[in-house]
Amino acid sequence: MSSLERSEASTSSGFNIDFKALGPFLALVGLFVLGTVINDAFLSGGNLSNIFTRAAFIGIIAVGATFVITAGGIDLSVGSMAAFISGAMIVVMNTLVATLGAGIETVLIGVVLSVLLGIAAGAVNGLVSTKGKIEAFIVTLGTMGIYRSLVTYMADGGTLSLDFDVRGVYRPVYYGDILGIPVPVLVFFAVAVAGYVLLNMTPFGRKCFAIGSNEQVARYSAIHVDRVKTLTYVIQGLCVSVATIIYVPRLGSASSSTGVLWELEAIAAVIIGGTMLKGGYGRIWGTVIGAIMLTTIGNILNLTDAISNYLNGAVQGLIIIVAVFLQSGDWRRKKSK
Amino acid sequence: MTDAAVHAVNPDQQARVRLSGREICKSFGPAQVLFDVSIDLHAGEVHALLGENGAGKSTLVKILSGYHQPTSGALSLDQAEVTFEDSEVAENHGVILIHQELNLAEQLTVEENIFLGREIKRGWFLDKAAMRAEAKKLLDQLQCDVDPRTRIKDLAVSDRQMVEIAKALSKNADILILDEPTAVLTGREVDILFDQIRRLREQGVAILYISHKLDEIKAIADRVTVLRDGRLITTEPVAEVEKDDMARLMVGRDIKQMFPDRAPVEAHDVAMSVRNLSVDGQVRDASFDLRRGEVLGFAGIVGAGRTALMEAIIGLRDRSSGEIERNGEPVSIHSLQDAKKCGIAYLTKDRKGSGLLLNMDMRPNLTLLALEKFGTVILNRKAEEAALANAIEAFDIRAADPKAKVGDFSGGNQQKLLLAKVMETDPEVVIIDEPTRGIDIGTKSQIYHFIGDLTKRGKSVILLSSEMPEMLGLSDRIAVMAAGRITGILEGNDRNEHEIMRHATGISGKQGVSVHE
Ligand SMILES: Nc1ncnc2c1ncn2[C@@H]1O[C@H](COP(=O)(O)OP(=O)(O)O)[C@@H](O)[C@H]1O
Ligand SMILES: [Mg+2]
Repeated sequence: MSSLERSEASTSSGFNIDFKALGPFLALVGLFVLGTVINDAFLSGGNLSNIFTRAAFIGIIAVGATFVITAGGIDLSVGSMAAFISGAMIVVMNTLVATLGAGIETVLIGVVLSVLLGIAAGAVNGLVSTKGKIEAFIVTLGTMGIYRSLVTYMADGGTLSLDFDVRGVYRPVYYGDILGIPVPVLVFFAVAVAGYVLLNMTPFGRKCFAIGSNEQVARYSAIHVDRVKTLTYVIQGLCVSVATIIYVPRLGSASSSTGVLWELEAIAAVIIGGTMLKGGYGRIWGTVIGAIMLTTIGNILNLTDAISNYLNGAVQGLIIIVAVFLQSGDWRRKKSK
Repeated sequence: MTDAAVHAVNPDQQARVRLSGREICKSFGPAQVLFDVSIDLHAGEVHALLGENGAGKSTLVKILSGYHQPTSGALSLDQAEVTFEDSEVAENHGVILIHQELNLAEQLTVEENIFLGREIKRGWFLDKAAMRAEAKKLLDQLQCDVDPRTRIKDLAVSDRQMVEIAKALSKNADILILDEPTAVLTGREVDILFDQIRRLREQGVAILYISHKLDEIKAIADRVTVLRDGRLITTEPVAEVEKDDMARLMVGRDIKQMFPDRAPVEAHDVAMSVRNLSVDGQVRDASFDLRRGEVLGFAGIVGAGRTALMEAIIGLRDRSSGEIERNGEPVSIHSLQDAKKCGIAYLTKDRKGSGLLLNMDMRPNLTLLALEKFGTVILNRKAEEAALANAIEAFDIRAADPKAKVGDFSGGNQQKLLLAKVMETDPEVVIIDEPTRGIDIGTKSQIYHFIGDLTKRGKSVILLSSEMPEMLGLSDRIAVMAAGRITGILEGNDRNEHEIMRHATGISGKQGVSVHE
């Protein structure tokens, strides 16, 4: 709704802000048109469902990142955190098979563990940076290394594989669907809606905006700045845990290379969506579109021979830079003079 | 005055129109803020631009110096039409604007700022020695003894202003525009600035000087242009208009009564009392009673500990000792949240740094301090809108576009919004730090009356101000601080400038102790 309001406000002050809100959406439509032109198969149900399912991982994590970034922080540890949580889930579930058997209970315990670990890992990031008064960039750079090495340690340098029978029970969480919509997509949607409500309609969300735009003003407005900031990292941790819960049944394994660079993809999705990296302004729907865009690019490159698939990263990087350039609005000012 | 008179008889200079704006209009979105304004700047003349907050002064000079484009109208330089695509083009033509909000890179040093983008080089390398020497020379001219190697963030605001002026001087400005330069300067610094302005005028520089302080305009300007609500009211030689006339032209009405009437308050009805409060190194043993419905002024020279005392009361600073009572009951305040619960509110003097979210519009700013009032789970947007409508009405906030970012508001409207924000919590005790810094006299008077209305509704106000007329005109009693101690609380006939100074400098009976830090 805030994007709606933005565009209303913008009709009153020229059409410039309008573009800002709609920009990512238009770009996504552009990508879809491009995809269709390149290959008919692009618009097939299978392919689309594939795009959205893959977008769900990064998207769910990016919803959390939107909170952190809006409140003026940054979390670089999400990829390692995801790897660590998957590793821990697999180890615990495999151990439980002996006592509880490979049933729903085992999976549920794994899921609860994941949530607890996500909350704890987020709280560590938040508390260390607020109470210790250390830049979030530094703290999460540190925990990024810690979580990553923990999973390497648990896997003894190799790969942790989920018990085959548990995998069978757990499988529908990734591969299942409800009314034809894949479960990950539904979860992604639910997380996005919850994130939107929390960020835009609650006092908590308002406080995130306030802290991100000026921490001093927030402090003088009787806001518990440290508490709110810590909570944004906890939300981030929760989102990572939800993404991991969906991810584990997909591959059924975890290793030191799980989730590598996810933090950058998540941040990229947030920024492409129009959230400001310096804080104070965040858009959940933008983030959702950003995440879908990133996966769509990869998908299109898969469908065409024109550009090598190995250049996926280059194209994504280019899109990020162009998106931010368009949103900065500088190009328009230059033109209008 | 004599300057102006001497100057007026120099006809060949007077006749040289350098920069002029013709029928300038400017709109931001749907809001038009300038209507057909024309202005001529002459070489060797100080031209004053006078107007209330929000009259459009800053907008006009930003157009004259390439920061904004006019919606319609034209600029000409030496009789030839020009367009300043951006401020760089304007600067290349010798037109330099010193912004109201200073524009220095905080992390860079003074010399780096002065030569930012125009660094002196020897071959491929920066010639730091030359830049330092040049910076030193410029600062000496301004009798400003800051080391060119100091970082801007470590400078006082008045020194920053001097650096801005040094920077402008180093650019060899032909046409120099100063947007309210004295708002942050002390009396001595204003004198130095005026000397520099006079020197530049001798050299034939055309100067446009913005202010809403009538004394200054009388002292420095040759001609004055008055703007009101975005419209040109008049341009006249300063010698021919009296200060009262200027005030009337600027405000558009007579200011009958600057200060509200004060009603006597009951001495025994105490809203808040502070006992033996100390803050390490800054406040010693401060005790006072705040009576219900009174304005208690706090006077003192800078560093006397007034701000530290207030911050200790509202929980923003640690106390080393002391108790606070509200309505006779001891209360425990360790954070601003506690203070809010006890009905104590604080209006910061730093509107932009700690008062308002400049990148947001009015609604979130207004409700930020009292968010819980608008919903614990989901914020009630309708209620917020309604509160905003009320506040705009009650505090006469004049925003051309209510959706505009409050950073674009004039100082007066920002201050009114800040007052409204604090009043959303419905406090009993309001501590106001410098309520009218950088605000024109019409709005000032309005704010004084708002404060008067608060006390009539039974609220108690603590006023910190460095402006003597404000202190004397608003306060029922005046507590004076010196070196961390309250050296006296003045009532009745003792409430005068002489007594305040006597207590503030510590030459009265009770001596303050020297404090460290
Ligand atoms: N960038 C902007 N966008 C929208 N409104 C603006 C902007 N800049 C100034 N205004 C509005 O223009 C009016 C004039 O402001 P300003 O020129 O700053 O006045 P002054 O300098 O005389 O106090 C005010 O109502 C202000 O809110
Ligand atoms: Mg101004």
